Amino acid sequence: MHDLPQQLANGLILGALYGLVAIGYTMVYGIVQLINFAHGEIVMVGGFGALTAYLALPGGTTLWLALPLMLIAGILVSTLTAVAAERFAYRPLRSAPRLAPLITAIGLSILLQQLVFSFYPDAKKARVFPKIPGDPFEIGSVAIQRSDLFLIIAAPLCMIALGWFVTRTRSGRAMQATSQDPDTAKLMGIDTDRIIVLAFAIGAAFAAVAAVAYGLRSGQVDFRMGFILGLKAFTAAVLGGIGNIYGAMLGGVALGLAEALATGYIQHLPGMDLFGGGAWKDVWAFVLLIVVLLVRPQGLLGQRVADRA
Amino acid sequence: MRHRSAVVVSIAVIGALSLTACGSRDDKKSGDSGNAGGGTTVTIGVDAPLTGDLSALGLGIRNSVELAVKQANEKNEVPGVKFQIKALDDTAKPAPGQQNATQLVADKDVLGVVGPLNSSVAQSMQQIFNDANLVQISPANTGVALSQGEKWASGVKARPFKSYFRTATTDAVQGPFAADFLAKDAKKTKVFLIDDQKTYGAGLAATFKAQFIKNGGTIVNEEHVNPDDRDFAAVVTKVKSSGAEAVYYGGEYPAAGPLSLQLKDAGVNIPLMGGDGIQSGDFIKLNPKSQGDYATAVGLPVESLPTAAKFIADYKTAGYKDAYETYGGYSYDSAWAIIQGVKAVAAANGGKLPDGARAKVVEAVQKVSFEGVTGKVSFDEYGDTTNKQLTVYTVKDGKWAVEKSGTFNG
Repeated sequence: MHDLPQQLANGLILGALYGLVAIGYTMVYGIVQLINFAHGEIVMVGGFGALTAYLALPGGTTLWLALPLMLIAGILVSTLTAVAAERFAYRPLRSAPRLAPLITAIGLSILLQQLVFSFYPDAKKARVFPKIPGDPFEIGSVAIQRSDLFLIIAAPLCMIALGWFVTRTRSGRAMQATSQDPDTAKLMGIDTDRIIVLAFAIGAAFAAVAAVAYGLRSGQVDFRMGFILGLKAFTAAVLGGIGNIYGAMLGGVALGLAEALATGYIQHLPGMDLFGGGAWKDVWAFVLLIVVLLVRPQGLLGQRVADRA
Repeated sequence: MRHRSAVVVSIAVIGALSLTACGSRDDKKSGDSGNAGGGTTVTIGVDAPLTGDLSALGLGIRNSVELAVKQANEKNEVPGVKFQIKALDDTAKPAPGQQNATQLVADKDVLGVVGPLNSSVAQSMQQIFNDANLVQISPANTGVALSQGEKWASGVKARPFKSYFRTATTDAVQGPFAADFLAKDAKKTKVFLIDDQKTYGAGLAATFKAQFIKNGGTIVNEEHVNPDDRDFAAVVTKVKSSGAEAVYYGGEYPAAGPLSLQLKDAGVNIPLMGGDGIQSGDFIKLNPKSQGDYATAVGLPVESLPTAAKFIADYKTAGYKDAYETYGGYSYDSAWAIIQGVKAVAAANGGKLPDGARAKVVEAVQKVSFEGVTGKVSFDEYGDTTNKQLTVYTVKDGKWAVEKSGTFNG
């Protein structure tokens, strides 16, 4: 167990990544009760947007200059994609039965994958993403990779900005009002269409930050990267209490820790040597989800929502 | 309760989707090529991953077969017979591979198939080809059971399918060859073993392990990962605290590249070694810190063989966009073995192809023997190549460089 601090750090970092993506699920769900299953692909297109910016820059540009530009490009691509998806795929179905936009979301997810697969040059295999060069930082027995520093800094900043936005700005409060009761909010003069677009856009911006973090971590992006990542983030959102933005972060961290610890230690429990290790980490992540849903169906921070229908 | 039911429905839907992997791969068919002139046309099928993670290797296979076919036509190798290829994409997955096999069997012009790349895909095809008496020669499968039966490890060898051949040697020699190298040449005593649980990766890791222990080495720990994983932080931490001197990875480069990179990024500066599945240019592209990593590959390096100089020059002249990669020479030889088989069958029948030519081609391929790109091409009683040479490569200055060649006699 002497590598426990390192595994905890791994879990926290991974959790921050899940949390960033989970925000997108939770915000959209909180306002329109739609599980946007195309959100993983919003992450993916953001990654390719950032990659494009990197490739467009002249060779030899330092990463410290390139990184902000990549972020901006990623956020632009993700946000535009999400806003377009809202406008053309979800809005026409807003009054349709709940299942219709869900199926549309899945269709959109496959469409986005295939578009990148077919039209982005060389996207048929993994594309190399830059990494932050240099040796890892060592704090005691814990080594932090330089590429992960980006995530360690970006995730809390994003959360603070979001918290400030939701509680302190007019648009943020309008968003809260819309999520509590869209009809009344509309009667009070809130442009709910604009608020919904805003929720999609914020989720997408976070997705792009996550995409850059993912690319830096693994040194590559590919057209399928959004699928499993989206699935995990959705799990994190449900785990934390879907609709609750702090829950999304908490759920992400819980999931990341569960994965890291399961990979690290379940193998060493008596009688469990067959079920531990890296190959089982997804299994344990979903076991955790099922357990939470059984014991606390509203998620860790979620509130029991009275049935409005 | 509409919120909760929406969540529950969503989980169910997405669960079902993830089981079917979401159909996220394209099923693009590659067009037929070669010229179909007068006389008989014989099609050589190709099955390989032409898209997706492993497409670098797959495209090398297709192009090399195409080159063989083009040259056979130019030389009029089999008088009165024009060859053409029909290349299908298996996306490195068994299910599409099986569909491709059915499709190739249904095409009466197909008298032989080169492929596939992956042992797990081959498993799904063998029965179909065997039932149709259609010869299949893989340039890349190294899973031992494919040719020697499930019980090969216990010494009971039995060939399950008489239509299956390969020009690549098996993991029964590749894993142990790597183990000998790490123990005797690189002087490593403690190895961390990781595999991706696929037919190829798990088999390779198992044969490596047995030989490494026999050499007096220690396997400090074992890990299994999923082939689609790209985040190995938790595994890297285990490697780091295990005190291993090297990592042996059974699997392919899309996961091996980031695994090796994340190891070195975390300050674990030990070499990663794998089989021919990681000996690709893309491994180095995905992994800027690959310097010093090792890989075994079957046969001698194509570049070092005098017989191969012409192949390399011809491949260059043909102007293919993709490199011939690890299996180019073996693919060329596989195609050429089929062409020789067809030639023998036609010659025995007065220059024309007889009815039921497929079964006769299988018999003829069993007897072929010629000097190919990769050395002598002939097959033993299991359909395995008689050429059991292997090479260890290491990454030097962004390229795979030959470290040691030899024959494993264990």
